[in-house]
Amino acid sequence: MAQKKQRKGKIIIKQEFCKSCEYCIDACPKGAIKLDDKYNEKGYYPAVHSGEDCNGCGTCAIVCPEGIIEVWRE
Amino acid sequence: MRGNHALAEAAIRAGCRFYAGYPITPQNEVPEYMSGRMPEVGGVFIQGESEIASISMVLGASVTGTRAMTSSSSPGISLKQEGISFLAGQELPAVVVNMVRGSPGLGNIAGSQSDYFQSTRGGGHGDYRTPVFAPASVQELAELTYKAFDVADKYRTPVLIMSDGMLGNTMEPVIMPEMRDLKTLPAKDWAMRGAAGRPGRRSISLILDTKKEEEHNWKLVRKYKQIAEEETSWEEYDLEGAKMAIVAFGTAARIAKGAMRRLKKDGLKVGMFRPITLWPYPSEALRSLLDRGIEEFMVFELNTGQMVEDVRLALEGKGSVSTYCRPGGAVPTPLDLAKVVSTRYFQRVPD
Amino acid sequence: MEQVYKKPKYLKDVSSHYCPGCGHSIVHRLMMEVFEEMGVGEKVIGVAPAGCAVLAYVYMDVDVIEAAHGRGGAVATGVKRCLPDHVVFSYQGDGDLAAIGTAETIHAANRGENITVIFINNAIYGMTGGQMAPTTLMGMKATTAPAGRSAKREGYTLDISHLVAELPGAAYVERVMVTSPKTIVKAKKAIRKAFEVQMAGKGFTLVEVLSPCPTNWKMKPLDACRWVETEMVEHFQPGVLADRTGK
Repeated sequence: MAQKKQRKGKIIIKQEFCKSCEYCIDACPKGAIKLDDKYNEKGYYPAVHSGEDCNGCGTCAIVCPEGIIEVWRE
Repeated sequence: MRGNHALAEAAIRAGCRFYAGYPITPQNEVPEYMSGRMPEVGGVFIQGESEIASISMVLGASVTGTRAMTSSSSPGISLKQEGISFLAGQELPAVVVNMVRGSPGLGNIAGSQSDYFQSTRGGGHGDYRTPVFAPASVQELAELTYKAFDVADKYRTPVLIMSDGMLGNTMEPVIMPEMRDLKTLPAKDWAMRGAAGRPGRRSISLILDTKKEEEHNWKLVRKYKQIAEEETSWEEYDLEGAKMAIVAFGTAARIAKGAMRRLKKDGLKVGMFRPITLWPYPSEALRSLLDRGIEEFMVFELNTGQMVEDVRLALEGKGSVSTYCRPGGAVPTPLDLAKVVSTRYFQRVPD
Repeated sequence: MEQVYKKPKYLKDVSSHYCPGCGHSIVHRLMMEVFEEMGVGEKVIGVAPAGCAVLAYVYMDVDVIEAAHGRGGAVATGVKRCLPDHVVFSYQGDGDLAAIGTAETIHAANRGENITVIFINNAIYGMTGGQMAPTTLMGMKATTAPAGRSAKREGYTLDISHLVAELPGAAYVERVMVTSPKTIVKAKKAIRKAFEVQMAGKGFTLVEVLSPCPTNWKMKPLDACRWVETEMVEHFQPGVLADRTGK
C-alpha cells in the first residue's frame, strides 16, 4: 500500500510568553506539541515541539490565546 | 432670544458640531433647538437615553477632535459627574451646561444657584477642577458659551456653564458672535481619527503606577494654576468709595443691581463684586477690596450658603461677612435684598 | 517552507496579563487578524471597557479609548457619529454590557448605531474576583452568590443578546465561542461579518463570545473550554440570533 506523503511543517513557539494553557497540545492532530520540562521566566512550563512530525496545519496557531506560535509548511 | 436658545446658537457659532442631551426642565429648549439646528450645519444631534449616556457620547465625540457639548439641570448634572471626572482625567475638552433648578433630589423646576459646590469642587470623584462660568444675562450666556469652547480646547478640560432655570427662559436681545470657520480652529494633535501612519493612540485615565498617577495629578494642578492665572474673571460695580460690597453671581447679581439702585437713591454707599468665573474664583481681586476701604460684605445667593465659603476663604478671616440666602427656586425682589442690605449697613457701617 | 501563520501586525508583541487560556486573548487576536485581512486597521477606533480587558489598548495597535464601566455603547456612538467612515467597536464584558451598561447597549442597538459590539461572556465578573454577573448560570456559585444562583434570590440568567436581537436597529447578532479550533474559526468568521456589516452601513452589530474563564471558574483551561461547550451552551445557544442584512 502506498503511503500518503506527509506534508512537512514547522512551528516556532515564543516560549517566554507561553502560559501553559495546553490548548495547542490538545488541538494538535499529530501530537507534535508537549509541555517542556524546563519552566520559563514566569514559572510556566511552556509548549514545545514534541519531536513528532508537524504537518504545518496551523491548528495550534488558531487556538493559541497568546498568538505566539509561528507556523511554516512546504 | 430665550436664554436656552441663545446658548445653543452660540455653541453652534463657536463650532460645536456634536450635541447629546436628555430632556429635563428647565433646559428642554436646548436639545430641542439643537435637534433642528445641528443637521443644518452638518453636525450631530442625539437625544441620549440618559444624561449618563449623553456625557459618554460627548466624551467619544471629543476624542475625535470634534467640539462637543451636553446640557442638563441639577439632577442630570449629578448623573454626569462620573463622565466629567473621566473627561478631566483623560484631558478632553467638552462644554457642559447646567441650568440649575431647585434641589436637592427632584426639587422643583424654578431657577436656583444650589449647585455651586457641585460645580466648583470638581463635583465627581478625584482631584480635578473644571472652569465654571456664571453668566448674568442672556447676552453673557451666549458669549460665555461661545468662549467656553475655546477655553476647553486650549486647556483640554471640560468647562461648566452654571446658569439657572430663570435665565434659561428669559428673553432678551442678543448680539450673536460670528459663525466660526471650523478650519480656523486650532489643530488637535492628540485627537483620534484612526492610526494611519502612526502607532495607535490611547485616551485613558487609568494609571496603575502610583508614581505616574501622582505625576499626572500634579500635571493637572499645573494646568489649573495656569487657568487661574489666565482665565479668572469678575466684574465690579460702584465699588469706588463704597463702604459695603454685595457679592453675588448670575441671576442673583441681576437682582442685586436692582437693589443697589434703590440703596444709592437712599444715599448708601454699596457696590457689588460679581464673580464671572466661579472656578477659578477671583479671590485675590475680592481680597483687594479690603485695601480699598471695604470691610463689610454681604453674600447674596439663591441657595442656603455655598459661595459664602469661598468669600470667607478669600478674605482669610478679615472683614465682616453676612449672607442673604434664598434657596429652593425662591426669587427675592430687589426690594427684599435692599431691605436686608440696608439693615446690615446701618448696623455695621460707621457714619 | 512558507510561513502560514504569524501574529497579526496590529497585535503588539508583548506578553498579556490575561490568565492562561483566557478568551480575551483569543478574541483580541482574532479581531486584529480580521482588521489586517480587511485592510482597515488604520481606520479603527476601539472602546475598551472596565474589566479584565481594560488594558486592551496595551495589546491592540489601533486607536483605543477607555470608557467608564458600562458606557462603551455611548462612547462608541459619539465616535462613530463624528467619524462615520471609520471602523468603531466597543469591546465589553458581561457586567459592563449587561449590568451597568444595559441602557447604553439596548439604546445603541435601538438607534441602529453603525458600531460593532464585541461581547465577551464568561458568566461572571472577572477582574474584580468572581462576583455574580447577570449572565451567571442558575445554580452557579459566585463570591456574591455563595449558595449558587437561585431564581428567588438573585433572579434569572440574563440573555441580553436575545433582547438586542429583537430590535429592528440590530442588523446582525451572532453568538459564538472560542473553545476549540472549529469554534474559534467560526468565531472569527462572525467577527469579520460583523465588521463587514458595519462598513456597509447596515446598522448595529453584536458578536457575543462565550469565553472560558479558568481562574474564576476554578478550572484548568481545557476543562473551562469543555464547561462552555457543555454547560454554558445550555443557556446561551450559539448561532445567528438576528440577521437583517438582507433587507
